Amino acid sequence: MNFEWQVISNNFFFLMGGLVTTFELALIAIAGGLTLGILVGMGRLSKFKFIYYPATLFVNLMRTQPLILVIFWFYFLVPLIIGRPIGGFTSAVIAFTIFEASYFAEIIRAGIQSISKGQMEAAYSSGFTYWQAMRYFIIPQALKNMMPSLITQAVVVFQDTSLAYVIGLREFLRSANIVDAREMRSVELYLFVGLVYFIVCFSMSRICKKLELKKGYA
Amino acid sequence: MLNYDFKWSILWTDPYGGWILEGVATTIKLGVLCCIFSMLLGIVIGTLRITQFKPLRIFAEAYTEFFRDIPLLVQLFFWYFAVPSLLPENMRTWVYQEIPDFEFWIVVVGLSLYSSSRVAEQIRAGINSISPDQFNAALSTGFSHYQAYRYIIIPLAIRLVIPPLTTEILTIFKNTALAMTVGVLETTFMSQQVEAYTFHGLEATTAACLIYMIITLIVVGAMGRIEKRLAVPGLIIRKGANS
Repeated sequence: MNFEWQVISNNFFFLMGGLVTTFELALIAIAGGLTLGILVGMGRLSKFKFIYYPATLFVNLMRTQPLILVIFWFYFLVPLIIGRPIGGFTSAVIAFTIFEASYFAEIIRAGIQSISKGQMEAAYSSGFTYWQAMRYFIIPQALKNMMPSLITQAVVVFQDTSLAYVIGLREFLRSANIVDAREMRSVELYLFVGLVYFIVCFSMSRICKKLELKKGYA
Repeated sequence: MLNYDFKWSILWTDPYGGWILEGVATTIKLGVLCCIFSMLLGIVIGTLRITQFKPLRIFAEAYTEFFRDIPLLVQLFFWYFAVPSLLPENMRTWVYQEIPDFEFWIVVVGLSLYSSSRVAEQIRAGINSISPDQFNAALSTGFSHYQAYRYIIIPLAIRLVIPPLTTEILTIFKNTALAMTVGVLETTFMSQQVEAYTFHGLEATTAACLIYMIITLIVVGAMGRIEKRLAVPGLIIRKGANS
């Protein structure tokens, strides 16, 4: 077996195109998942039962499901609801946002719970409404306290985007797969893909560790 | 809005119902095997991460980083496509054609290695949470280093990490769904096969969702019982475990 690393350089732009899609998908999924996750996380602590129960049900339901199945599910469902076919990317974005929101929600909930009740009371007594208090006091602190967990989850989302492969979305792994089908150089291609993922994820987890040490987070 | 003709009966029409049941059997088989292997490997790696001997510690650290920072799907593809192509031509054909359920065993290997790195992290956290006094007490009672780990620290750590291990087991069962990408006929694969034959993807996928939900409930229930039975006397056990 001899290696032919030219397969990487020959198809470099094609592979990088896939990597760009992966990053796009990851960033949208993280932004969307975090936004929805904040709302659901707040819902998980709501004293109104009609908010608390749906939020809890949503989180627990999503966490029992394999992501791959959720991707398929939205792939079939979304075109039915809006009545026309949508591309793989849009349906992947929807599936990822909703799925990852359930994971972000639990982190946000823990973050909100880590903040003392007095803060909320102080905000109320200064005349802030619930939304204002959340917006200006609680959520920013919760995000800051939970930064290591949030970064870890962001790395997980980044890795998870490789699952969009199953609906034929041409992200990084799928691009490598396409090149492999043409060139039959599995070892070089998958080692390269693994290496790129490793570099991104490893540096993120280093940043995360530094943050933990610097801020003295547990 | 929803102009879709729901036809749930395909789920119990022959042969589609049978396919899904076969898929469930494969999912369970795969999940159980991966759980066993990743637990065993995870305990070893997790213990190595805190040994005094530096080379072993570095090896274990590299191992966990390596498997954790590469997506599982990439790892599975590596094992399935790349590793056999390292073999000579005739052996490769033999591997793909003669080994029964080659894809199945590849996933067992890939998923176990991947999960073992996650289990190792939990074990390490568990060991770290045990106070060093326990270890010192064991040594002063005349236990050797190995014996202290074998009889005192590891048994305690395993009992302490049952709740996070439950999460890992659930993750393993969810991750078995990835096996479909290399052609293992498990639940998700079968549900997509039903969709390919009948165009009723929504029903089939929903059925698969329910199956994973049931598996989760069973695992959570079983682990709750184990947790209750193995609870270390004198420690606070998780709320709900004793129900």
